[in-house]
Amino acid sequence: MAVGTAETVDLSGAMVLAPAPLADWVVVAPVAIPIIFGAFLLMIRHETRLHATIAIVGLLTTLAFNAALLARVLDQGPVVMTMGGWLPPFGISFAADALGASFSFAATLVAVVGAVYAITDIGSVGRRYGFYPFMMLMMAGVGGSFLTGDIFNLYVWFEVFLISSFGMLVLGSERPQLDGTMKYAILNLIGTTFFLIATALLYGAFGTLNMADIVRKADGLRGTAPLMTLAVFYLLAFGMKAAAFPVHFWLPASYHTPRIVTAALFGGVLTKVGVYALLRTEVMLFSPEREVLSGLIGWVAAATMIVGIMGALAQTDIRRVLGFVVISGVGVMLAGLALGTMEGVAGTVFYAFHSMVVMSALYLLAGVMNGIGGTYTLRTLSGLYASHPLVAVFAFLLMLSVAGLPPASGLWPKIMLVEASIEAGSPWLAFAILATGLLTTLALGRVFLLAIWRPAIEKAVPSPTSPTIGYVALGALAVPTLLMGLYPEPFISVAEHAAAGLLDASVYIGSVFPEGVVP
Amino acid sequence: MEANLAITVGIFYAVSIYLMLSKHIIRILLGVAIFSNGVNLTLFTAGRITREVPPIIPVGLDMPDVLTANPLPQALILTAIVISFSLFAFLLVLAFRSYQELGTDNTEGMRIAEPEGEELPPLGY
Repeated sequence: MAVGTAETVDLSGAMVLAPAPLADWVVVAPVAIPIIFGAFLLMIRHETRLHATIAIVGLLTTLAFNAALLARVLDQGPVVMTMGGWLPPFGISFAADALGASFSFAATLVAVVGAVYAITDIGSVGRRYGFYPFMMLMMAGVGGSFLTGDIFNLYVWFEVFLISSFGMLVLGSERPQLDGTMKYAILNLIGTTFFLIATALLYGAFGTLNMADIVRKADGLRGTAPLMTLAVFYLLAFGMKAAAFPVHFWLPASYHTPRIVTAALFGGVLTKVGVYALLRTEVMLFSPEREVLSGLIGWVAAATMIVGIMGALAQTDIRRVLGFVVISGVGVMLAGLALGTMEGVAGTVFYAFHSMVVMSALYLLAGVMNGIGGTYTLRTLSGLYASHPLVAVFAFLLMLSVAGLPPASGLWPKIMLVEASIEAGSPWLAFAILATGLLTTLALGRVFLLAIWRPAIEKAVPSPTSPTIGYVALGALAVPTLLMGLYPEPFISVAEHAAAGLLDASVYIGSVFPEGVVP
Repeated sequence: MEANLAITVGIFYAVSIYLMLSKHIIRILLGVAIFSNGVNLTLFTAGRITREVPPIIPVGLDMPDVLTANPLPQALILTAIVISFSLFAFLLVLAFRSYQELGTDNTEGMRIAEPEGEELPPLGY
């Protein structure tokens, strides 16, 4: 029963009483808009003709809000909003810093192109099964992962995009898809469960889940709490999600089975969420522990690069080649994590932008090649240059890009990482990055040679159709690739901004806890 | 109390890891279910066990006057239960569908996506 008392409780000690400024809502828009559009698409499940248009409009709106958020973060520092008006660390904070905002922008850009390509790739049956709602909800989960400032909330967003990704992966229910999804689902579920174990232990030690609060309290707990255990747990859990060497086997087992646009989104976006979470936990939360682990991370990075690209050399199916190229790219990104220097982390961030765009583009290219040649296998796919020279142009550009050759985007992040490795006294890591570049050139050079350069063999003459939507999608991704390659300064400055925010979290903490609010 | 729960959690993890090392999907799924329950218990234990003191603030005070039970771990566990249950339900359906389509629940027989003895790519033309 409510007791009517004369005294009023002073709420300002627990809550933000002033309403949030309208401009701050931009930090939740990249999550809220895809959820709204996803729910709407679910309601009009049977109107499959409208799905693509609505999804593209929704993603373009999300992209616009992402751009606004990124511009604001770069201009004024992190944007923070705490849910329900509770003061952090009691409310769940959304905190967009340069790292999260830029990753969210790049991922949404890729998703827009994916939604366009899906017009040709996903038929009306696939749409009726809910491809577009799954895709919108997956992007909501991905956006939430990039923008949340709360480690348990990060777990929830991981599960949101994971369950949507299961739906996209198994869409069609063909035998290889069921096989691939089984392995993907079980291994990823175990990976996120490890994430939850680590979070439980972290809560037991810290009594808080707010990431800014964790950074503040970590120094005081370093002697007593098992922070090293936490760092190792997070390394394992997110390494599994990112497909790092000894725990990467789910990726080549599943990424070649779904519709090609699904593979493009997964290869471009989902592994980078793992890399993002690794950067967030290992560099920002547990920096001294990462220092101790850097030798291990370095070896994992080198092994991931080499094992990944060796796998690519042994494959006949183009999609499987690309699956292994994704893994070797994750190895390159882990190299920056192992170094932990300003330039190394910035190189990793820049490489992640590049990898999101280029890996998606390569999968879409494989889809276009399959649309023309009717197959993904290098044994028979041939003669594409003679019939479709434009495909050859895109293929050549993307091959240069992923191998790290000018004029495309792979060059600069690799230079940054090689330079950082040599400066940090790990020339072997630089050697591994360069050797991976050479082997990537070989693996994809062979794809180019056989599928495109080789004259058409008799049983596989390319169809003369022109894949217009494929060209639009590839063109839309080729532009950022070339831009990153030819004019890298703005991208490098965003990457350095993001790296600086991770290495010195004081600005991040200051924006979550303004005026030194002590809980 | 915490020690007893910690030992229970350890047994949960041991059982689940043993089951997940099996070749049969159904045992792996049982392992996954026990694994996620072990995690829920870990969360529960990590929040400290305080009995019979609900977190209710007495009249006239701004905060509780004694050490009360921590409600947050229960919120976390509730979230984790919902998530792990829904994923487990999905996995069960997926396992049943793959058993129907692939005719086996032995992971060694599930080689449709990655067939054994695949041909190497052509060395030239």
